[in-house]
Amino acid sequence: MELKLPPLAETGETLTGAEIAIRCLQEEGVEFVFGYPGGAVLFIYDALFKQKKVKHILVRHEQGALHAADGYARATGRPGVALVTSGPGVTNAVTGIATAYMDSIPMVVITGQVPTRAIGEDAFQECDTVGITRPCVKHNFLVKDVNELAITIKKAFHIATTGRPGPVLVDIPKDVSQQSARFHYPEKIHLRSYSPVVKGHGGQIKKAMQLLLEAKRPMIYVGGGAILGEASHEVTELVRLLDFPCTNTLMGLGAFPASDKRFVGMLGMHGTVEANMAMQNCDVLLAVGARFDDRVIGNPAHFAAGNASRKIVHIDVDPSSISKRVRVDVPIVGHVKDVLAELLALLKAGKDKPDAAALASWWSQIAAWRAKDCLKYDRTSNIIKPQFVIEKLWEVTKGDAYVTSDVGQHQMWAAQFYRFEKPRRWINSGGLGTMGVGLPYAMGVKLAFPKAEVACVTGESSVQMCIQELSTCKQYHLPVKVVNLNNRYMGMVRQWQEFFHGNRYSESYMDALPDFVKLAEAYGHVGMRVEKPGDVEGALREAFALKDRLVFLDIITDQTENVFPMVPGGKGISELILSEDL
Amino acid sequence: MRHILSILVENEAGALSRVAGLFSARGYNIESLTVAPTEDATMSRMTIVTTGSDEIVEQITKQLNKLVDVVKVVDLSEGRHIERELMLVKVRAAGKDREEMKRTADIFRGRIIDVTDKSYTIELTGTTDKLDAFLEALDKGAILETVRTGVSGIGRGEWVLKA
Ligand SMILES: Cc1ncc(C[n+]2csc(CCOP(=O)(O)OP(=O)(O)O)c2C)c(N)n1
Ligand SMILES: [Mg+2]
Repeated sequence: MELKLPPLAETGETLTGAEIAIRCLQEEGVEFVFGYPGGAVLFIYDALFKQKKVKHILVRHEQGALHAADGYARATGRPGVALVTSGPGVTNAVTGIATAYMDSIPMVVITGQVPTRAIGEDAFQECDTVGITRPCVKHNFLVKDVNELAITIKKAFHIATTGRPGPVLVDIPKDVSQQSARFHYPEKIHLRSYSPVVKGHGGQIKKAMQLLLEAKRPMIYVGGGAILGEASHEVTELVRLLDFPCTNTLMGLGAFPASDKRFVGMLGMHGTVEANMAMQNCDVLLAVGARFDDRVIGNPAHFAAGNASRKIVHIDVDPSSISKRVRVDVPIVGHVKDVLAELLALLKAGKDKPDAAALASWWSQIAAWRAKDCLKYDRTSNIIKPQFVIEKLWEVTKGDAYVTSDVGQHQMWAAQFYRFEKPRRWINSGGLGTMGVGLPYAMGVKLAFPKAEVACVTGESSVQMCIQELSTCKQYHLPVKVVNLNNRYMGMVRQWQEFFHGNRYSESYMDALPDFVKLAEAYGHVGMRVEKPGDVEGALREAFALKDRLVFLDIITDQTENVFPMVPGGKGISELILSEDL
Repeated sequence: MRHILSILVENEAGALSRVAGLFSARGYNIESLTVAPTEDATMSRMTIVTTGSDEIVEQITKQLNKLVDVVKVVDLSEGRHIERELMLVKVRAAGKDREEMKRTADIFRGRIIDVTDKSYTIELTGTTDKLDAFLEALDKGAILETVRTGVSGIGRGEWVLKA
C-alpha cells in the first residue's frame, strides 16, 4: 500500500489571502509597511489591524509611502515595503516605484486589484497595474489563485533583494485576499529562470590585479553598487593598500570616507576638477558598482577618444551594466564585496607593489588639479550662501547625520559639501531625479534609526511636492530636521536657463510661496526662518537641540548662486565650467 | 548585422509583453518574432530576428537574460543553425498565367493549398531569402495577399537548447 503524504502547502493552517499576505511580511521580518487604504485592500487592512508585529505607517499620499519605504531600504539595506490600493493608489505610487527602480533599491510593493472576475471590464478603480509598472520594476506578479500567494510573495522578496536589487510588485485582486488557503511559507526558493551570478571569475580578477599593479596613473571609481553590495569596507581597504586616488559617484558617496586624503571628491556633471581630470587622464581605471552614466562621464565618445589607451576594469553584479556606454577591457561579473575581497587577498599574497615613482608623480598632478580649489565660494557675502549652510550642517551634526535630499542645486551642494564618511548616510534620488523624495526619505530613515540625527536638505520647490507628509511626521513623532535652502527659484532650472537659454527664466521663479514657518506650525511642528549668515549655526544648533520636535528651517539663501564646477550636457567630463570662468 | 535569438521563457502571462516591451523601451529592432509552447508545457520558445551592431546585440542579450521570466537566450547566428519561415501567398491565377504560376511555385517547392477559378493560395517554407526570392519572381500585380510567420530557428547537429 502506498503511503500518501499531504503536499507541504496543505500542512499549514488555513488563512485568508489577506492574512497570508500579512503573515508573509511577518515571516520576512518586515518592521514597517508604508501605505494608504482603499476598497481593493480592505481585507488586507483588516488583517493588519488584527496583528501587532508589522507596523503600518499611514502616509498622506501614496507617493510618500513609496519614497518612505525606499528611504528605509536605502538606509538599512533591508527591503522597503509599501501597500496601496488599486487604480489611483497604484498610479500615485508609480513615481516612487520608478525612483527606486532607477537606483536599484530593494522594495516589495503590494497593490490591491479589482476582483478577478472584474479584471478587464474597466471596473471602478481598475488599472492594468502589471502593465503600467512593468518597465519600472525588477519584476511583477498578478496573483490569481490564493494558493499561489505565499510563494509569490516569497519570490518577490527573493528577487527584490538578490543580484542587482530592485522593486518587485505583487498585485492582489480583492477576491484573492478574501479566499482561504493553507498557509505555508517556504524557507528557500529556487527559480530556474533567475540565478544572478555572485562569484567573480578568478582569471579576470588576476588580470585586474596585474593591470592595477602596472598602472602609472590609476584611478578608482566607486558607484552606488558598492553601497548596495555592502562593499565599502573592501573599497576602503583596497584604496588605502594601493594608495590610489578614489572618487565616488553621487550614489556612491560614503562608500569611501571623504576625510581620507585619497578621496578626490565626487565626479561627474558637478564633480570636482581633480576627480574629473583624474578620471579622464588615468591609464588604468577600476570601476566598482558603477555604470558610466551620462551624468557621470558625460559624452562617452569624448571619454573614450580623449584617452584611447586607458584600460578599464569593471566589477558589477549586473552584466548589462558592463560595456553598456563605455567599452571595458576586463569585465568582472559578481558581488562587488566578494570580488574585492578576492582581489585584496591576491594583492596581499603577492609581492608586487604599485610603481611608487609613477604614483608619486600622478599624485603631484592631482595636487595641481586640487589646487584649483574648484568648490570655493564667497565666504564674505552678507547673504546666506547655500554651501555655507551645508558646511555648518556638517559641523553641527559632526558629519554623522543621515542626510536626505531632494533634487536641484541644494542636492548638489549637499553632495559636495557634506563630507560623508559612511555608506547609507546620503539618501537621494540619483537616477530618476525625483523632486519630493527628501521629506518621505527622512521619515523612512528616522523610523529605521530613531536615535540618529536625520536632516532633509531641500529646496522651496521640491519640498512642496510631498509637503503633506509633515502630517505623517506629526502622527508618528518623527523629529527630522528640514533644512530648506530657500532661493525662491527652481535653482537648477534657473541655472541652466542662465547658462544655456540667455537668462530667460521661463517659469522657474517660485512665486506665491507659503510662509514655511507658519506652515510647519500649522502641522504641529516648529518653524524657524534664518536670514543672516551669522544666524545659521545658532539656528541649526537650536533645531538639533530640540530632540523630539520636527524643525523646519526656512533658510533664505542667495538667489543667484550657481553650482560649480559644471560639465554642460553632452560635453566631456574634462570640459568643466568653473565659477571663476564666468 | 542580422542576428537570430532563440529564447526560452516561462509560459507565464505577460512574458511576451516583457520581451516585446524591452525591445521598444530600449529602442531595439524586431524584424520578426515567433512564439509557441515547447514540448515542456511550462516553457515557450521565441525566435527573434533583430539587427544591430555587435555591441547592441550584446546588450540585447544581457537585457533579455535579466528578465526574470527568461530562462535562456542564445544567439543562433553565432553558430551553425537552420532557419525556416512559413509563408502563405494568395496570387492571381487566371487564364494563361495559371500554368506559369504553378510552374513558379513548383520551382520554389511551394504547394498550392487552395484554389479558385481566379486564384491560388501557395504555401512555401524556407529561409527568409528564399521567400523573398519567390515574391520577387512573381509579377507584383499577381500578388493579392501574403502572410509570413517570421523566422523559427534551431541549432545544427546534436546540440539542443535546454533550460
Ligand atoms: C518631479 C520633478 N519635476 C521636475 C523636475 C525638474 N527639476 C530638476 S531640479 C528642479 C528645481 C528644483 O528646485 P528647488 O527644489 O527649489 O531646488 P534648487 O535647485 O532651487 O536648490 C526641477 C524643476 C524634477 N527633477 N522632478
Ligand atoms: Mg529653490
